[in-house]
Amino acid sequence: MANRTGALEAPAAAAERRSASLWGDAFRRLLRNRLAVLGGLFVLLFIFVAIFGSFIAPYDYREQDLAAVVAAGGPVGPWVGPHILGTDNLGRDLLSRIMDGARISMIVALVVQAVVLFIGVPVGAAAAWFGGRLDTLLMRFTDIVYAFPDLLFIILLSTALRETVFGRALDGLLVVFVAIGLTAWVGMARLVRGQLLSLKETEFVEAARAIGVSDFKIVTRHLLPNASGPMIVAVTLGIPGAILAEATLAFIGLGAQEPRASWGKLVFDGQAFLRSEPHLVLFPALAVAIALISFTFLGDGLRDALDPKLKGKQ
Amino acid sequence: MLGYIVRRVLWIVPVLFFVSVITFVLMRATPSGPFDSFGAGRIAAPGVVAQLERKYGLDKPPHEQYLRWVGNLLIGDLGPSYKYRDRTVNDIVGDGIWVTVHLGVMAFALSVIVGIPLGVIAALRHNGVPDYLATFISVLGIATPSFVLSILLLVFFAVTVRWFPSYGWQTPAHWVLPTIALAGFPIAQIARYTRASMLEVTRKDYVRTAHSKGLKERSVVSIHMIRNALIPVVTILGPIFAFLVTGSFIIETIFSVPGIGRYFVLSIAQRDYGVIMAMVMLFAVTIAVMNLVVDVLYAYIDPRIRYS
Repeated sequence: MANRTGALEAPAAAAERRSASLWGDAFRRLLRNRLAVLGGLFVLLFIFVAIFGSFIAPYDYREQDLAAVVAAGGPVGPWVGPHILGTDNLGRDLLSRIMDGARISMIVALVVQAVVLFIGVPVGAAAAWFGGRLDTLLMRFTDIVYAFPDLLFIILLSTALRETVFGRALDGLLVVFVAIGLTAWVGMARLVRGQLLSLKETEFVEAARAIGVSDFKIVTRHLLPNASGPMIVAVTLGIPGAILAEATLAFIGLGAQEPRASWGKLVFDGQAFLRSEPHLVLFPALAVAIALISFTFLGDGLRDALDPKLKGKQ
Repeated sequence: MLGYIVRRVLWIVPVLFFVSVITFVLMRATPSGPFDSFGAGRIAAPGVVAQLERKYGLDKPPHEQYLRWVGNLLIGDLGPSYKYRDRTVNDIVGDGIWVTVHLGVMAFALSVIVGIPLGVIAALRHNGVPDYLATFISVLGIATPSFVLSILLLVFFAVTVRWFPSYGWQTPAHWVLPTIALAGFPIAQIARYTRASMLEVTRKDYVRTAHSKGLKERSVVSIHMIRNALIPVVTILGPIFAFLVTGSFIIETIFSVPGIGRYFVLSIAQRDYGVIMAMVMLFAVTIAVMNLVVDVLYAYIDPRIRYS
């Protein structure tokens, strides 16, 4: 970058600059951000455990080691014997249960963000592109969704649909995830609308219109790709919120049911043994904390990398 | 400005209408009703349920029930509770709401009093030890779900060192732990936001001008930087306040605080329709009003913003 020494090197430098795409540049900036890299590594670990957890977990998350519980006279403590993080009062390996919890949290992250994109992007894009009445109508609709108390809506919807096929899918988790998504898309819709409103006025859109490109193609091929940076950031920063919402719901007994082990449920179950066996609360709480921090750091880093102008904002 | 406020206030009415209709539909779509169980697994004879439903008008068509609910709401009657048969929904809300608001306001005050200085100090000592310390605290706040924070506070302050009681709301000592538990997340949010906003302001021309005309560091910071940096922070205070007043039910449950938060989940489990509707409407009103207050306040403290 700082190389301005000789004219001979200039063509090479220019070629290099040409090859540096927006994404390549952003990626390099991201790698320079130590917290973001650390967050990214933990996110990768989290994804790995979520996908392959059942193969690498020391035990099945449902398997009860009753002999160990009897020998210990209660939940087995950490660092003793074959259970690295100990067991719960039913003799189930805590590490394996936390790994299954990682899978639940990962599915939450995916499903919720899929719902957010699926609703938020079309709504935001339609509002920005067509403007006028439709814009007002859609934005007023987001006001209504925004005014709904999130957790109450999620609880209502998942209770209402519990007995249906949809309500039973994924051990009853899917409906909770979709409900979280239904409360979370508003931010994405507003973001997409704002981005597209300014992009709409650019010259390349005018050019595309002049040569007769259809509305749909302009939005999907020209506008949305140009808004993808902030959208990726919003998705990344939305994930901790989704994980937190699921953990909170699991803590109050909604969502994951026995024997599944969501992190929030592990914390709830561990409460009963808090004084004698605090590890039953601490380790799952630590898992939640690490996941939340990692996604937050990665999202912050992505935002700074994708838009250096915005560095430090929000 | 006045026209803008009037339009915004009027707009709250259709928002509440849609929120109440959606809640009503979802509630009625939920299988089983309020009289399917009478506690301890006791189940009433079919005739008794039918009679109870007739008494409360639940045998009428849904739209009639909804209209009757709206009519009663307009005269300030939230209807009967199906589970606490000796009390009306007005009683239930009236008993708990001030505790919930009290808790929410204290947590809000704590988050502002701690969060803003934390963010300001972090930005003034950018990349120094105070910055890292403040960042560390705000990361902790973001990474610790309120239920985990509550449990940790309980174990340490109520069980180990026994400084504060673990449940109840009788004396100011009872208020301490729930308030801290509730404020943990918003403190972190406000601190992060303030820090970013302060760093942004540091680079502004008017701050450089203030420095170069020889103003004392303290007056540059207090007059030029903090005042401008707090403008964007105000926008998140509204949602945070709404979140604190409406989102305290986990904290209320853990610390047995006698607010309305505990009815939040309970009423849905018990299909206590009147209480559910009351909760949703209360929270929707809070959120809508707080957003309006923030938007108006925003224009007031930042003269560059004009609503038409």
